[in-house]
Amino acid sequence: MDLMEYQAKTLFAKHGVAVTEGVVVETAEAAKAAAAEMGGVTVIKAQVKAGGRGKAGGVKIAKTPDEAFEHATNILNLTIKDLPVNRVLVTPATPPEEEYYFSFLLDRSNRQYLCIASVEGGVEIEEVAKTNPDAVKKIAIDPGQGVDEAKARAIATEAKFPEAVFEQAVAMIQDLYKVFTEEDATLVEVNPLARLAGDKLEALDGKVSLDENASEVRHPDHAAFEIREEADPLESKAKDLGLNYVKLDGQVGIIGNGAGLVMSTLDVVAYAGENHGGVKPANFLDIGGGANAQVMANGLDVILNDPQVKSVFVNVFGGITACDEVANGIKGALELLGDKATKPLVVRLDGNNVVAGRAILDELSHPLVTQVDTMDGAADKAAELANV
Amino acid sequence: MSIYLNKDSKIIVQGITGGMGAKHTALMLDSGATIVGGVNARKAGTTVSHKDKDGNDVELPVFGTVAEAMKETGADVSVLFVPPAFTKDACIEAIDAEMPLIVVITEGVPVQDTAEVWSYLQGKSTRMIGPNCPGIITPGESLAGITPHTITGSGPVGLVSKSGTLTYQMMYELKDFGFSTAIGIGGDPIVGTTHIDALQAFEDDPETKVIVMIGEIGGDAEERAAAYIKENITKPVVGYVAGFTAPEGKTMGHAGAIVSGSAGTAAAKQEALEAVGVKVGKTPSATADLAREILQSL
Repeated sequence: MDLMEYQAKTLFAKHGVAVTEGVVVETAEAAKAAAAEMGGVTVIKAQVKAGGRGKAGGVKIAKTPDEAFEHATNILNLTIKDLPVNRVLVTPATPPEEEYYFSFLLDRSNRQYLCIASVEGGVEIEEVAKTNPDAVKKIAIDPGQGVDEAKARAIATEAKFPEAVFEQAVAMIQDLYKVFTEEDATLVEVNPLARLAGDKLEALDGKVSLDENASEVRHPDHAAFEIREEADPLESKAKDLGLNYVKLDGQVGIIGNGAGLVMSTLDVVAYAGENHGGVKPANFLDIGGGANAQVMANGLDVILNDPQVKSVFVNVFGGITACDEVANGIKGALELLGDKATKPLVVRLDGNNVVAGRAILDELSHPLVTQVDTMDGAADKAAELANV
Repeated sequence: MSIYLNKDSKIIVQGITGGMGAKHTALMLDSGATIVGGVNARKAGTTVSHKDKDGNDVELPVFGTVAEAMKETGADVSVLFVPPAFTKDACIEAIDAEMPLIVVITEGVPVQDTAEVWSYLQGKSTRMIGPNCPGIITPGESLAGITPHTITGSGPVGLVSKSGTLTYQMMYELKDFGFSTAIGIGGDPIVGTTHIDALQAFEDDPETKVIVMIGEIGGDAEERAAAYIKENITKPVVGYVAGFTAPEGKTMGHAGAIVSGSAGTAAAKQEALEAVGVKVGKTPSATADLAREILQSL
């Protein structure tokens, strides 16, 4: 789960990392009031889970509360990378004298953690990485060893943090590592990490991605970072039902078991769609291993509630999942939905108990249900039915 | 022949008394695998009742520790059905006991736990498969995991896959040929056994004639495997990559792109594989057809 800046800064502050205090508001009036309260020059920053906010006009400096009102009005009307801006962070303007870059992240290729640090340029770090790669230090972290003071010192030395802020950097590196490990993050990034007037080191911006597995297992408090009313309503519903669902833009609803098979199903439907008016998959929905009738019914319920869906492709290979359970799920869902079920279903069952599963659907002989034996053939049929 | 697992493998189950553990212990026994016991510290000294593949009753001893189970049974494989919160400790216990192979089925393990286990495992004798994987099957010989043993029998195809259900799908597509070993390495960001490990093992296994490799979006494991194939693998490899139409992740920050130097897209993976002569199928069925062509020409 990716966090917004103000959420990331909450975690920074919790672990002792110096951040600029700010106020999160949802209206321009509140932004004006916050700016007036702070006094002086303020920065109004869009809070969305996307990079490039500055380039999109989502970060503005306000000299007066009235300017804060004006900027907040504009920013709250923005959409950045398809994400509407619903709130802004108002902070005192703290012009940096120097900007650095610092991050900890999961290095999946090398199965360890990595620290990336640069004292040359903050915001334009990607450019620096291209033009002057030696200025961007990458330091491997052994997850078994972690980052103690000695390691933090080694990092600060290699990154060449200036004398004036060196000790602050050593302390902050250890605190950021605490954010990374104690909150189970996969990314903790400070960009820019700023040297302010008076040689004060501070995180001016922050990005944190949390490991959802860990949040589930040991961080119940992380649930508060999800803003439910802003999630897609179908995605929220699916989540409540324990389904792994992602809404997409196409017309063919997809239900399958296992992330790999479902991803593959999306691809196969998209290829088939090339021959049927360019129809595309409408969603990703993995009902998981060992799915039973109720889970199947829940999945169908979510998908049939998507107004964009024109046809549904149920693609199940029964490994642990039994095909007769899936067939009963389809049967039960259709009974529950009654007249509300109006979209054609293409079903491909294979594997565990396939004969029984197909027999249940044959016997049902529901006018909306078509069985096709192969995955490619079924995808073609589903795409054809969605092309109306 | 096979890789990592064969008819002589003696398997214990960590978490044998739990729901998943009990269910799949029964299925593994039904496949003919040699299951010799299980571990649950709170139920040490008890037994669990199951049937073997011929329908005979078997009583499997439950031990308090992995070390004790190994000492008493000679087990050389452990399959883990332990809840995610306890998986790290269960892995470390098995590594400390010098279990040769651990197969971690558990889904939802915090990735930092896996990272710590991987760090701990360095320089030790244990091989880890998973986590979040279906495990490994050598058809007709043994099964350590949850792969259905009824899909197909033994044969010349070696399969390595990130995804469980795509493993089953591919075994089904090529059921007329059969498999030396099919291994699901798991889709988590950090796994104990990689595509590269399995590719080399299949290269060294005389029974494997064709290798099928299934990947999916994310990370650069497939790109690395492609580079490895070019230098080290002489057997024909057929590939499949899932996720061409998956939505682009809303990645934040610049760090990921800086590290991998690759977008991790399905297209990039396909390109990398094809560049080293691996034929990549557009769908699972098309991939199976590519493998079939090679098998028929042998």
